[in-house]
Amino acid sequence: MIRDITIGQYYPTNSYIHRLDPRVKILSTFAYIISLFLIDNYIGYLIVALFIYTITKVAKIPLKFILKGLKAIFIIVLFTVILNVFMAPGETILYEFGKVKVTLEGIKLAIRMVSRLVLLIIGSSLMTLTTSPIELTDGIESLLKPFSKIGVPAHEIAMMMSISLRFIPILLEETDKIMKAQMARGADFESGGIIKRAKALIPILVPLFISAFRRADELAMAMEARCYRGGENRTRMKELRYESKDYIALSIMAILVVVTILI
Amino acid sequence: MERMVEARNITFEYHKYNDEGNIEESFTALDNMSLEIEKGEFVVILGHNGSGKSTFAKHLNAILTPMKGFLLVKGINTKDEEKIWDIRQTAGMVFQNPDNQIVATIVDEDIAFGPENLGIAPDEIRRRVDKALEAVEMTDYKDHSPNHLSGGQKQRVAIAGVLAMKPECIVFDEPTAMLDPIGRQEVLNTIYKLNKEEDITIIHITHYMQEAINADRVIVMEEGKIVMEGSPREVFSDVAKLKELGLDAPDATTLAYELKKRGIDISTEILSTQEVVDAIWRLSSKI
Amino acid sequence: MAIKLENLTYTYNPGTPFEKKAMSDVNIHIPKGQFVGLIGHTGSGKSTLIQHLNGLIKPTSGNIYINGRNIHNKDEVSIKDVRQQVGLVFQYPEYQLFEMNIYKDVAFGPENMGLSKEEVKERVHKALSMVNIGEDMFDKSPFELSGGQKRRVAIAGVLAMEPEILILDEPTAGLDPKGREEILGQVSKMHEELGITVILVSHSMEDVAKYVDRLVVMKGGKVELDGIPREIFNHIEELEDMGLAAPQIRYIMEELSAKGMDVKKDILTVEEAADIIASYLKKGGIRSDS
Repeated sequence: MIRDITIGQYYPTNSYIHRLDPRVKILSTFAYIISLFLIDNYIGYLIVALFIYTITKVAKIPLKFILKGLKAIFIIVLFTVILNVFMAPGETILYEFGKVKVTLEGIKLAIRMVSRLVLLIIGSSLMTLTTSPIELTDGIESLLKPFSKIGVPAHEIAMMMSISLRFIPILLEETDKIMKAQMARGADFESGGIIKRAKALIPILVPLFISAFRRADELAMAMEARCYRGGENRTRMKELRYESKDYIALSIMAILVVVTILI
Repeated sequence: MERMVEARNITFEYHKYNDEGNIEESFTALDNMSLEIEKGEFVVILGHNGSGKSTFAKHLNAILTPMKGFLLVKGINTKDEEKIWDIRQTAGMVFQNPDNQIVATIVDEDIAFGPENLGIAPDEIRRRVDKALEAVEMTDYKDHSPNHLSGGQKQRVAIAGVLAMKPECIVFDEPTAMLDPIGRQEVLNTIYKLNKEEDITIIHITHYMQEAINADRVIVMEEGKIVMEGSPREVFSDVAKLKELGLDAPDATTLAYELKKRGIDISTEILSTQEVVDAIWRLSSKI
Repeated sequence: MAIKLENLTYTYNPGTPFEKKAMSDVNIHIPKGQFVGLIGHTGSGKSTLIQHLNGLIKPTSGNIYINGRNIHNKDEVSIKDVRQQVGLVFQYPEYQLFEMNIYKDVAFGPENMGLSKEEVKERVHKALSMVNIGEDMFDKSPFELSGGQKRRVAIAGVLAMEPEILILDEPTAGLDPKGREEILGQVSKMHEELGITVILVSHSMEDVAKYVDRLVVMKGGKVELDGIPREIFNHIEELEDMGLAAPQIRYIMEELSAKGMDVKKDILTVEEAADIIASYLKKGGIRSDS
């Protein structure tokens, strides 16, 4: 299950999309999400879907890989469908059994909501699939920098993100190891009621937290030993610079947003 | 010769406090210890777990400061808080767990972390990072994620991260303890190279005796004190004392020692396979 | 308890770009009571192999028999019983300690087996005494112990389930020589006193040479060499190709005999070598074992 989630994963192919400035991709994703919520007809969704399909091709990411990622949100999609089909108010009644009514409006709404949800997930996972976590962090730091004057800790947020990105895979692996070790001692995580299952987590969570704290402690020491003292006077080896390809990408994005809103 | 490190009568205790904030238990990790290390020297500090060697290592980088006595790194007192960043830049540090000292998710960005903290210009950082990658032979991996590297490779990235700060001295705090034999050899070769080619003072802390054979000087610690000191040859020849301290000698030295115990007239000042083979061969030619 | 592995193959992430064969066509038979060293370079498949033995990993193909019963055939044996019979101590086991005190932590396994309070108590006492942890320590928090003590407590946590097969994944990693010898000595003692089958995973030849009856050397997911240690160390070149090495003392003996000294080469320990060389020298160049 965890392995199926594509949001947050990076798929390196070094395509045109990959080489774009991360800030362009972050801003575009924002614009994309906003336009998704402004669209209110099917043609709009179709255009966006085609656009996303094109981006996927340009980014050289296999469609299968993206669709597999959708498996993880299947339950949410199903829930959305059920909720809208049966709960939405409407006039044109198609089926009726007892109190439950299925209306044409409900089905239309369900299609719209599912399209929106699926496009939202694919669109935002495209950003993370084409942008390495570190670039993403750099992009966010750079975009937030103007706000640091009003007290937004841009550097700290970026540093926290970067460290989390580095340690999440390590801690996942560790969780797996601890789980196996406790299973080897007869721990049972699968049977019993909620309370029993919650209790069964203690042998995993306690060692995991202890290990996370130990790592944090050692990392802090290692960072200090390498003269880390916050964001002040810090330089960067890789500085972000907008290039012509970035301006082109931004223009394309702007056109898409305008088109989808106007339709 | 210029002096890199001077420790004078340093004492350090770990305290455990009770609920009222009073000291409940204390443990003396360093006990009135004095030591000098010259520039360019390769010193290995041996000792079993809890002998105080790691506590001493942390003093060299001003992560800890002595409770009594003082410690100078290139003449700077580690208690001088204004100079703390100079000390940390001069005496870099590589820790035991390769995972818990790599900050970034890409190799070259991690190596850039130190120089970035020093506020160095981007072009210069790039140059230093490339040079450091080359020195630890990791250039091919500069765009990789550290998560996919072997333990030995990760540790070399950590060394490069320190190198990029242009230190004059590097303290290695059991850098090989968590590695497999191949990783251990990789890291050791890198350490030797830094000492010979870059003229960096090395203070290598370990409990693997084999890693001390090529040192200029070996120091054995026990209960926060220096209990043996000298060239590897001198220190290892006292196999009995090492055993008493819970340490090993190299197999070649131990063999000589065991032969002597069995009444064979052989010197125990032996380090390598070749030396012990030659010594035995000489004895057998006499008969 | 005997272990039989039949054409065991395991592939990570099959069907994805990250597909990796961790083990291919492994066949091993370990009779009851044997002390086996499992050696190999990192990534040779030894960790994957041992996780198969108590059903934590299911093979992609092939079968695992513990005492003649296929562990993945629910009609023959339950996985719960397998996990009790095959005790697995992971690398750095001290990181899995979680209870308030040592006693409770070691009791975790026996309690999961559903034993009575008295039985649990008896087993905890027995297991902790086997790893040399005295009763005065039972109420201490495991997090207050030294590294070596923590590890011994963690090992006791598996011993308390009284497995008939004990597997240890690099139990000496990161310990100093004294700690290494303590752990290995205790494992060897348990093997002798309890008569259990022991599999010791290591990448240190020096560590295993002294203790094991048999060495299985893995490379690239396959069994490369399998035999008694003395015999395995004759394959010095092959071992070196695998990133391993024979104990240093073997190299010394090789060199001596290459120079023309007529001494036995296939020795395991420094003491053994010293005996042989000393008697050779004293007897005026006559081989003592011939």
